[in-house]
Amino acid sequence: MSENPLVTVAGSALQELLPPLSEQEAVTESARCLMCFDAPCTHACPTHIDIPKFIKKISTGNLLGSARTILESNLLGATCARVCPVQELCEGACVLGSEHKPIAIGRLQRHAMDYVYGRKIDVFHAGKSIGEKVAVVGAGPAGLSCAGELTKLGVSVTLYEKRELPGGLSTYGIIVLREPVEVALAEVAMVQRLGAKLEVGKEVGVDPAVADLQKDFAAVFIGVGLGNSPQLGIPGENYILDGLEYIEQSKLQPAQLHVGRDVIVIGAGNTAIDCATVAHRLGAERVTMLYRRTEKEMTAYPHEYAFVKLEGVTVSFLSKPVKVHHENGVVKGLECIRIALGQPDASGRAAPKEIPGSNMLLPADQIVKAIGQNKLSLASRLDLKTDKGFIRVDSNFETSSPGIFAGGDCVRARGSASTVMAVQDGKLAARAIYQRLVNHG
Amino acid sequence: MADLRTNFAGIRSPNPFWLASAPPTNSGAQIHRAFEAGWGGAVWKTIGAPVLNVSNRYGTWRYGNEKMLAINNVELISDRPMELNLREIAEVKRAWPDRAVIVSAMVESKPEAWHDVIRRIQDTGADGIELNYGCPHGMSERGMGSAVGQVPEYCKEITSWVMDVAKIPVIVKLTPNISDIVMPARAAVAAGANAISLINTVNSIMGVDLDTLDITPSIAGRGGHGGYAGPAVKPIALNMLAALGRDSVVHSSRLPISGMGGISTWRDAAEFLLLGASSLQVCTAVMHYGFRIIEDLCDGLANWMDTKQFATIPDVVGHSLRQVSDFKDFDLSFKVVARIDQQKCIRCDLCYVACNDAAHQCIDLIDKQGHVTTPATYDPSSNGRVEAVSTRPSVVVREDDCVGCRLCFNICPVENCIQMVEVPPDRPSVTWDQLTAKQPEVAEDWDHMERYRRKMGIRIH
Repeated sequence: MSENPLVTVAGSALQELLPPLSEQEAVTESARCLMCFDAPCTHACPTHIDIPKFIKKISTGNLLGSARTILESNLLGATCARVCPVQELCEGACVLGSEHKPIAIGRLQRHAMDYVYGRKIDVFHAGKSIGEKVAVVGAGPAGLSCAGELTKLGVSVTLYEKRELPGGLSTYGIIVLREPVEVALAEVAMVQRLGAKLEVGKEVGVDPAVADLQKDFAAVFIGVGLGNSPQLGIPGENYILDGLEYIEQSKLQPAQLHVGRDVIVIGAGNTAIDCATVAHRLGAERVTMLYRRTEKEMTAYPHEYAFVKLEGVTVSFLSKPVKVHHENGVVKGLECIRIALGQPDASGRAAPKEIPGSNMLLPADQIVKAIGQNKLSLASRLDLKTDKGFIRVDSNFETSSPGIFAGGDCVRARGSASTVMAVQDGKLAARAIYQRLVNHG
Repeated sequence: MADLRTNFAGIRSPNPFWLASAPPTNSGAQIHRAFEAGWGGAVWKTIGAPVLNVSNRYGTWRYGNEKMLAINNVELISDRPMELNLREIAEVKRAWPDRAVIVSAMVESKPEAWHDVIRRIQDTGADGIELNYGCPHGMSERGMGSAVGQVPEYCKEITSWVMDVAKIPVIVKLTPNISDIVMPARAAVAAGANAISLINTVNSIMGVDLDTLDITPSIAGRGGHGGYAGPAVKPIALNMLAALGRDSVVHSSRLPISGMGGISTWRDAAEFLLLGASSLQVCTAVMHYGFRIIEDLCDGLANWMDTKQFATIPDVVGHSLRQVSDFKDFDLSFKVVARIDQQKCIRCDLCYVACNDAAHQCIDLIDKQGHVTTPATYDPSSNGRVEAVSTRPSVVVREDDCVGCRLCFNICPVENCIQMVEVPPDRPSVTWDQLTAKQPEVAEDWDHMERYRRKMGIRIH
């Protein structure tokens, strides 16, 4: 067995999918890297990690230097090594991808991260104090990245987290197959050792009040992410489980998670895929995903869809839920209607149109929905300007309210929300905040 | 099908591939198996003075994913009793009359010692004798091996003692640990040897263990130089082989040369033949992969010979020797430029950085609009596979400025992506020798050189 504390104990149906690379595998794989100059993988990485540099360092046995190279650009390198959609980012841009196999950049990054976390090596330390304080709201990837970068620059940071555990979606929302909870918590602990104070169970806007934060801190960074799935507005919806809560339970209380025999997952994004994977792995006999458009429009990454198909999950395309059938509080099925695709709508995707009389009943004893996330109310409570409900920020990640910055999923009006984008937001916002403090200080 | 049969100074073998005198030829049992696998001959591991060996005797040089780019060793000559070796040599030769069985020998530098060992070898029925003047470690400290090969006079004297009693062909094996390989070869010629072989191993220290700070491999905390062999030494061996082929004394003696030093594949073998070797010896590749490699050595060589319409081994031997020249005889007007096949290019930009940092700054990055651009000019907020790939600039050679140095060609990871294309010379053909014979001043004075360049339109940037 590995001595690495970041490796989830084997034997669970949800254990981390990819095993760590052995020393020899890592060296062999790293030696395959061509060391491209001005490499496309580095361009493709939202945090622009110097990937050939960290891989070269693995090949020479300089694991500490490799980890430092990664963490300098991306403080949450251990999470990103596991959860990044590398096929769409670094590995997708690898020059060896066209005719050979791209370098396993994600797994090599994990190798370097496991090296420092496994040995409890702190790569960075708090910078010399500049005598300023910043509040960070939300201890998810954006908030942790911002907090960590600020402490490195000598800023005193307090992190406020509404939930009981820090880590945001890394802790609550990424299935264990991709990232064990311990990895997310180890990164939080690293940011705390950098000097950030963490207050959990504190919902900013309730306690403490935002005005208090603005009084006590020179700047505020908001990285609160998004909320639960929106309402479908169909009869019996209260019998439908929320996808993120479903995943959360699979991570934190797997023994208590009731999984149906016949599970329907509404939605065809990456969270829906994760829900279907959890249901399948925890014993559902049949798992069906339901999507009102077609494979072409689905928002899940192609590699995720390919994965879930291999797991044995089926997708019912061009189907829209209209009613939950239940008896005595027990779900019996989901009534759906067939859809025809019309002209492109505002999102640029074909508008779904119901085909009258095409109703059908899909048997199910558990229904989960993962159809996106609601925007949280904090923005309106703070009277911040928004774009399509997302907090509006300028190129410095500053909101319409001076001194209040924001980043991560809550500002992601364009592009796809991802951990690595949130880390980059937090990093760039930290630099902007620091510049503001230094210039105004 | 090409005829691989070989006659080397009267020693016949069904193919030119002999196992070199080394660990693979340590015993009769090994050589039986090698001959079963198809080896044409074997040079028995050197017999001679009594020795004791040490553990951790082999070290290797690992480079990237290549486990054994080179091997070094501090193993001595055969540590089995001489009588046992002689008995097994006789048995092997009886069992394999069509194969070449050559015995390597090394004894104290006394005529009677050499006379005795030569006679005893001849009694076994062996086909030939190889004189080990090359072993660079251990034996040399006792005045044998390279201690002989490095002094042409010793080389000549000891070879003469051998020739006094030799009735079978005698091959003198040379050490590369010498400033001019031609000198000991001439000594062998002068002493009447029947053939030459080269190269023995190169002096080397494999490295230092960065954990223990010991020399690696460590022999109870000590280490030292050993004989270096394997793929990494091939170019050194080819150069020495060609040097003998071009030396008038050695060449006119018509002594055949058995080539070795890093031969791992039939391609290596063909190159040794083309530069004048008429038998080939192999060790490191067998130490890595075993006797079975003989199949492709023969098969690949024969297929290549058929393609090139070489019917026999003698047709190949020395074919490329005439191309080996000194710098002074190279055509200074010859011009090639690098050309990058944009269809094959994978945009790794290794050629760009090599040319820019280490050569002549004549590869440009060209953006999608056709303008010269600089590295990493993308907006930091830009990311993702599609943006990274679709906006990546092309690498294009500015042929007017390209000096044809060939660095980009050498480092490009894609076969045939960069070609060195010959372009018409812009001045008359001339060699340095011809030029300086007519205009000696250009070699002596930069002002004259500059005038010559201006006149010829030679631009250095």
